[in-house]
Amino acid sequence: MATTHVQVTVNGKLREADVEARLLLVHLLRDQFGLTGTHTGCDTSNCGACTVHVNGRSAKSCTMLAVQADGASITTIEGMEQGGKLHPLQQAFWDQHGLQCGFCTPGMIMESAWLLGENPDPTEGEIREGIAGNLCRCTGYVNIVKAVQQAAAELRAAAEATPAATA
Amino acid sequence: MIPASFDYVRPGSLDEVLALLRDREGEAKILSGGYSLLPLMKLRLAQPALVVDLQAVTGLDGIARTDDWWRIGGRATHRAILEHGALTADHASIHDAAGGIGDPQVRNWGTIGGSCAHADPSSDWPAVLQALGASFVLRSAAGERVVPARGFFVDAFQTGIEPTEVMTEVRVPVAVPRMGSSYVKLERRAGDFATVGAAAALTLGADGRIAAAGLALTAVGDAPFVAAAAEAQLTGSAPDEAAFAAAADAAAAAARPVADGHGPADYKLAMAREITLRALRLAATRAMTA
Repeated sequence: MATTHVQVTVNGKLREADVEARLLLVHLLRDQFGLTGTHTGCDTSNCGACTVHVNGRSAKSCTMLAVQADGASITTIEGMEQGGKLHPLQQAFWDQHGLQCGFCTPGMIMESAWLLGENPDPTEGEIREGIAGNLCRCTGYVNIVKAVQQAAAELRAAAEATPAATA
Repeated sequence: MIPASFDYVRPGSLDEVLALLRDREGEAKILSGGYSLLPLMKLRLAQPALVVDLQAVTGLDGIARTDDWWRIGGRATHRAILEHGALTADHASIHDAAGGIGDPQVRNWGTIGGSCAHADPSSDWPAVLQALGASFVLRSAAGERVVPARGFFVDAFQTGIEPTEVMTEVRVPVAVPRMGSSYVKLERRAGDFATVGAAAALTLGADGRIAAAGLALTAVGDAPFVAAAAEAQLTGSAPDEAAFAAAADAAAAAARPVADGHGPADYKLAMAREITLRALRLAATRAMTA
């Protein structure tokens, strides 16, 4: 069985593995790196539970090979909490009851984080469009949208409170 | 679901890619965004011996305008196209289509060249590019050729591309004055493949009549096809409801839908007519203000 040595920076930490070319990124993260916060849902690129960021772009990690990610920088749900403090999106999903069973939540948060990076002040419609690739079968999305709105407001307020760098 | 075993390479130049495709003809598949190829490999409907990843090949993802053409790199993502203001202002149908492909993650990675070379009969680009009179630039180790989008899509997942070729560029003619285009897609749920799609491109003449018409349909034939009889009827007609209704009838008459999870064939036929009608109305409205 031929394997390829891959080096991936996951949540800021360099990790390495010997993988078969056919190994999916989600399995590298879960089975080899033990980062089981990224979920395998539908395994057919539909549900978005496996969403992570690859070089800053949100991706469905069930539809990417581990070897494709060789050399890449990846952020997973485990990389969102900083210094023991939940990311504003994580806190907002908690505050707004943006989850019931929680299975879709890591993917929802990662996709929402990507969305807010692109569009810090989305309308409700833009939020719903933004998470169109992430399925939740519990909540009906209402509280998920509220959570994203709460986090968006907090992140904007934090950005305004930080003095802009002067040239 | 795990793909069958294969070898993976990530060449750093297009020449290396083309040499591999030549030397391993028929065994190799190109990986661009991966959102079409990997699902097929996971289902083992595709079992290439070699996967050639294009990610390290630079210069294939640009979008630029020349005097006559929009030159869209084969590896331009759906998202890059969607967000290219000048391109989508010129051809609204491109904006219509790009925004409806899959979901944000798919648009982040999926590419126009990958989608066209893959040629899912329910994918959106083929109808739009045929209606706009686009061409594909295909490169192999033996050289380069430019082929029209019309005639390229021969059957489900079958096109005029050779296994030794890479689609390096999509060329779309720049819009002329009084030209409007549209793509209307009927889908069961957000981000789904089309149940029916219709792409229309209408150019109005000085007399207010339709001087040129492009019309192509998604998902109601073996491949996305040009509704040639409808185009002929539209050309020279006034852009009015009677002309659009007759063209929609002609387009539906050319459709050959198959019953599946999206609905029975007679439903799809009725929708092919309705969606064509809507696409023509929208293209005409846009043409009048272009």
